[in-house]
Amino acid sequence: MTTSKASESAASSSAGAAGRPRLVSRRNARRSRSASVRRRRRSSSIVLLLGLLATGVMWTVLAPGGNATETPDANEAVRQGRALFAQGCATCHGLNAQGSSEGPSLIGVGAAAVDFQMSTGRMPLAAPAAQADRKDPLYSETQIDQVEAYIQSLGGGPEDPDLTDADLNDADLAEGGELFLANCAQCHQAAGAGAPLTYGKFAPSLSQATADQVVEAMRTGPESMPVFGPGQINEEEAVAVAAYVRHLQDAPAPGGASIGKYGPVPEGLVAIVIGLGALLGVCLWIGARQKL
Amino acid sequence: MTTASAPVPKFQKRPTPARKVNRAIDDRFGTQGAIRRNFNKVFPDHWSFLIGEIALYSFMILLLTGIYLTLFFDPSNVEIIYNGSYVPLKGVEMSRAYASTLDISFDTRAGLVFRQIHHWAALVFVASIIAHMMRVFFTGAFRKPREVNWLIGIVLLMLALVEGFAGYSLPDDLLSGTGLRIAASIAQSIPVIGTWTSFLVFNGEFPGENFIPRLYVVHILLVPGILLALIGAHLGILWHQKHTDFPGPGKTEHNVVGHRVFPVFAVKSGGFFMLTFAVLALLGGLAQINPIWTFGPYDPAKVSSASQPDWYIGFLDGSTRLMPPWEFRGLGHTIPAVLWPTAVLPGVLFTLAALYPFLEAKFTGDKASHNLLQRPREAPTRTAIGAMSLSFYLVLFISGGNDIIAHTFSISLNAMTWAGRIGLIVVPPIAYVVTKRLCISLNERDAEIAHHGIETGIIRQLANGEFVEDHRPKPPPVSDYPQVPTDRIPLPAGAADGAHGKGLAHRAGKAVGGFFTEETEKPAGDAPVGGGSKH
Repeated sequence: MTTSKASESAASSSAGAAGRPRLVSRRNARRSRSASVRRRRRSSSIVLLLGLLATGVMWTVLAPGGNATETPDANEAVRQGRALFAQGCATCHGLNAQGSSEGPSLIGVGAAAVDFQMSTGRMPLAAPAAQADRKDPLYSETQIDQVEAYIQSLGGGPEDPDLTDADLNDADLAEGGELFLANCAQCHQAAGAGAPLTYGKFAPSLSQATADQVVEAMRTGPESMPVFGPGQINEEEAVAVAAYVRHLQDAPAPGGASIGKYGPVPEGLVAIVIGLGALLGVCLWIGARQKL
Repeated sequence: MTTASAPVPKFQKRPTPARKVNRAIDDRFGTQGAIRRNFNKVFPDHWSFLIGEIALYSFMILLLTGIYLTLFFDPSNVEIIYNGSYVPLKGVEMSRAYASTLDISFDTRAGLVFRQIHHWAALVFVASIIAHMMRVFFTGAFRKPREVNWLIGIVLLMLALVEGFAGYSLPDDLLSGTGLRIAASIAQSIPVIGTWTSFLVFNGEFPGENFIPRLYVVHILLVPGILLALIGAHLGILWHQKHTDFPGPGKTEHNVVGHRVFPVFAVKSGGFFMLTFAVLALLGGLAQINPIWTFGPYDPAKVSSASQPDWYIGFLDGSTRLMPPWEFRGLGHTIPAVLWPTAVLPGVLFTLAALYPFLEAKFTGDKASHNLLQRPREAPTRTAIGAMSLSFYLVLFISGGNDIIAHTFSISLNAMTWAGRIGLIVVPPIAYVVTKRLCISLNERDAEIAHHGIETGIIRQLANGEFVEDHRPKPPPVSDYPQVPTDRIPLPAGAADGAHGKGLAHRAGKAVGGFFTEETEKPAGDAPVGGGSKH
């Protein structure tokens, strides 16, 4: 009993002793926290002010003056490009190139995509179909450059490669050929003559593709074409492929008339129509009954 | 024979070298009788009888150009690094077979043109076999007693396809390898024995390590040897049984009317060979065929779009493209869809073609021997069956190139495939019905002309007011040979001088002797040469 009472009283006394200081300390804590918050607010606002000040100083020192003096043309090109875009492209791609139900967003597609689509005449679209076909470009090179600048300014993306003849002449043709046969020929055919895909889509003939357009198509993957990024095919290899495509276009056919470049199908047609046809004509000539 | 009433000519036999050699051979081997008999053999004259000769001459050109190519081709699977004169492939790893084909094309004198003539000749060879087969079929030339020659012809056609495919596969370019890959798949699709068949052919897994040497033996020795032997048998049987001919004045089931082998037929045939060579050489020189350097060396990981076989395998490519992907699995085996269009279908087609003469004899009850041909309209059912088969073949053939047709004419490939599927079922029956009606109508028109004569376009009004059109009777058929030469009389010296003068032509004419003798006929103009079966 006594022990239990003693323990009870001890417990209660200890509880009373512990309870009071706890209350005090809570009050103190509340008071001290609000002080620290006040202090912190004050310091962060100072930091913010300093930051803003620094940004402002840096902006005034660096940004506007530098850009304005260095590339006045770029801004002009973007402005012109935006005007051209609003006139010729915005109907489908949206006023801010954000895309619509009629056309995809162009933010981040890059100058390469713009140059490919516009210089091959695919854009602006002649008519909605399974796939846009190559036609004469509607815009001049300068205008295309301006639209490129505008689209590039929106969200970056693959740049226009601007290959020179020297780049192509230095490229490894054999490597380009191997890459072409491994990556391109299964749709574009070994001689780049083009072939159909499903439901009216097709891999177009490469007979008119310029080296720039070849690289742009690889980097941007227009229509049904997959993207061949720099991780798969590096810059040098891409140029080699473009050089091989140029070789396919320019190389003379050593064996005479290159009938269609498809191999067996046009060859069979020629063999039957011209070869057998001519020999049946010979039959008629030799086999004609003569008056003796 | 037929020389009874003609004056027996006196030949001035000059001792020319040819005559001396002939005399020497005859003295030792007694060949003159056989030569005389065979030189006097008569062949009928019709342009369509020459189609088979296109095949014969293309085959000879294939042998000649092929011999040249074997001098330079290296049938080996060994991989090497190319270092020839075709720059875009320099440093590329390839088989020696492919490299040597490149060398033939770029570094061998006349190699490319021989390769191209060889390839064009192969395409024309098969085309002319099929044209010849159509002529034989539609004129009923396969009927008794010529069924065996028909069967030999079918075997020749099949061997020609095998031979062509082997040649297509030898250069080991991307197209060849793709074709062989498909051939291996077809072999594997055969139930139970497929895998073993493929292993047997390729000596293990595709592509194997020594397949090209095997294929080379098949292409330059085995199949050409059998082809040559069968062509010999084909011509020997033809020689023995004599050529058929269309009915006409003076022609019966038991005679042959036409020109003797020597000189007319021999000269024509020699000229025809030269012209065949000329056409193939022109194609080989002017039109590029199978540019293997564009396709690159074979690599199982690569494939080109629009990879097609040569045209004569195209119908099997077409049947594969049209076949829905119906795969059967059960009883512990898988039967892939590719078995039906590539193994079963050609088996059925060639079996039906081979059996056709016997089937026709069975269904018509016609067991008689026929040496006179029929015009297609005279056998409407046969002609209709032929048109039906051809249209079936054509739908498959067109479908074999449906991707290129779709691309060239901007049609959806899927639409082409469905058009082929529906066309394969719908077109042949239409062709059958239309052809049969056409034949019957043509026969009716013939009968009408025979009975009423030919319309003159003159309308007369009779006294009772009736209008009638005048018909004139059909004139009697004119003989093909109003002046059939029956004997040869040497040209009188004076006439020759008058005709040719004393110049080069005269001397050339004298040099080739018999070719420039004038031929006159027996007084009875209509009598056929070589009557009876003595030839």
